[in-house]
Amino acid sequence: MNYLWAFVVGGLICVVGQLLIDYTSLSPARILTGYVVGGVILSAAGLYKPLVDLAGAGASVPLLGFGHLLAQGVRQAVDQCGLPGIFTGGLTAASGGIAASLLFALLAALVGKSRDQN
Amino acid sequence: MIRRKDTVLFDKPPVIAAWAAAGGKKESEGPLAAGFDFLTEDAAFPEEACANWEQAESFLQQKAVEICLRKAGISRKEVDLALAGDLQAQCTASNYTMRALEIPFAGLYGACSTMAESLCLGASLTAGGVAHQLLAMTSSHFCAAERQFRTPLDYGAKRTPTAQWTATAAGACLLRGAGQKGVPVLSVTFGRVQDYEVHDINNMGAAMMPAAVSTLLRYFGATGTAPSDFDVIFTGDLGEVGSALLQEQMAREGLPLPNHRDCGCLLYDVASQNVQAGGSGPGCSAAVLCTHILPALQKGQYRRVLFMATGALMSQTTFLQGESIPGIAHCVELAGEGTV
Amino acid sequence: MKLNPKEYAHMVSRASPPSPAVRDCLWAFFVGGGICLVGEGLRQFFLYWYDASLAGTLTSIGLILLSAIFTTLGWYQKLAAKAGAGTLVPITGFANSVVSPAIEFKAEGWVTGVGAKIFGIAGPVIAYGTAASALWGLLYWLQGKVG
Repeated sequence: MNYLWAFVVGGLICVVGQLLIDYTSLSPARILTGYVVGGVILSAAGLYKPLVDLAGAGASVPLLGFGHLLAQGVRQAVDQCGLPGIFTGGLTAASGGIAASLLFALLAALVGKSRDQN
Repeated sequence: MIRRKDTVLFDKPPVIAAWAAAGGKKESEGPLAAGFDFLTEDAAFPEEACANWEQAESFLQQKAVEICLRKAGISRKEVDLALAGDLQAQCTASNYTMRALEIPFAGLYGACSTMAESLCLGASLTAGGVAHQLLAMTSSHFCAAERQFRTPLDYGAKRTPTAQWTATAAGACLLRGAGQKGVPVLSVTFGRVQDYEVHDINNMGAAMMPAAVSTLLRYFGATGTAPSDFDVIFTGDLGEVGSALLQEQMAREGLPLPNHRDCGCLLYDVASQNVQAGGSGPGCSAAVLCTHILPALQKGQYRRVLFMATGALMSQTTFLQGESIPGIAHCVELAGEGTV
Repeated sequence: MKLNPKEYAHMVSRASPPSPAVRDCLWAFFVGGGICLVGEGLRQFFLYWYDASLAGTLTSIGLILLSAIFTTLGWYQKLAAKAGAGTLVPITGFANSVVSPAIEFKAEGWVTGVGAKIFGIAGPVIAYGTAASALWGLLYWLQGKVG
């Protein structure tokens, strides 16, 4: 059941993004930014955690989950160390993903080559 | 030379004596492939020591010039002036081509209208005796344009159905004074910038269409001609959306265009080549001119045509600042070889 | 020309073909769902050894690695041309937006090209995500003080 929910929930979150692309004039960059901020808001409102519990990667892999991760990190850090936690919590929680993207990107730049889209 | 409103008519028409077109892989798979003088499977030109896409575009231009001059039977030293432009920021593809060629050079920017712009200026200068052998040329390269104006080539994005595909192509024409062998340029009309407040960067055909209507109406008004006086009226790069809009609006103006063809829809097979609404880029109309229009005029398949290239004159900066997209269209009237 | 910009805007919207939304959404659903399914597989695998939090992070890293490989081979762009939001919205899309400028702008140098442009697309996501989470943290902290 885990897998089915992951597939369905993840797919539906992407469909919402596609509808935004097709029916609004929002550019992909704005949609991504909106997804992350939306994830923070949904998480703050306590709505995202139940979805992650249900769908696992289906909810955490889309960028809404990235927002959820940031919000959760801030919340835990504030619980632990008070006000400074609002600075440290978010990026600490997201550090794995951001660092991995940067490192793999540098490796890709080392071996990769810009190519034509024929 | 007689000036009638925005149109300059040549009583002694200068001629396009030679021309050449160079293109990339997608162009080699399109309906006009046979007309190209040079085609490559790999428009990165790695074996030519091109280190990046900007150099590759310049190399493509150099190929077009080289072949054009060979067909004209002259060396580059005999060229009096080159008018060239492209889509790169600061027109660097042309600048570096001209660094290699050492020909007197004036750079132009008219976005996708550059081929017509260079012909309008070139024909005027040649007719006025300022230059006897003049190169008019332009290019675009899909990869150089994508990385400068859109996104990295490996960035995953879906194109909207109204978007157009920047051609990887270059075209070069050699103009000479009246009385010599070649395709006569009967008149040129410089366009006026038109802006109908289109903001969609993925719908350039729509942004440029009003400029096309404006120039056509001025041309017909100044010369007393009608669309039926021409075998074909070619527009540059309106694509399917802009072409449909042009035909609709010209019909409304009382001058329907049943003989209209668009270079953006001729260079590629729009239905099968995954170019969305068609081709674009200065190289698109230049390639269609040099692979199809000029050869047909030379062979007598056409006796009289209009070649009008349209350009969208925004930049990445003005677009992000929320400015609408201004368009321009320059029109060149061409006759069949030997008909004048 | 017998037309004003407002009339022209109507004319343009009539003449412009709409995106094929049903087909686009099916692509987005199956590809996006598929990526999440792979993610769930990775997560279950990591859950054998690690707690939920670390397994989640490793899942992200695994997907980012796959995306970097696909991007470098030129496959991600090809898939995205069809899948649209299906490849944009998952974390693999974020990774693609970091990896693709790194490859593209190598021509402009390792520092001024690769380094400077690497967050050109993903930067806003991190900036506004961090800002939103900090704002939420502040509210949460105030709530704790008051409550």
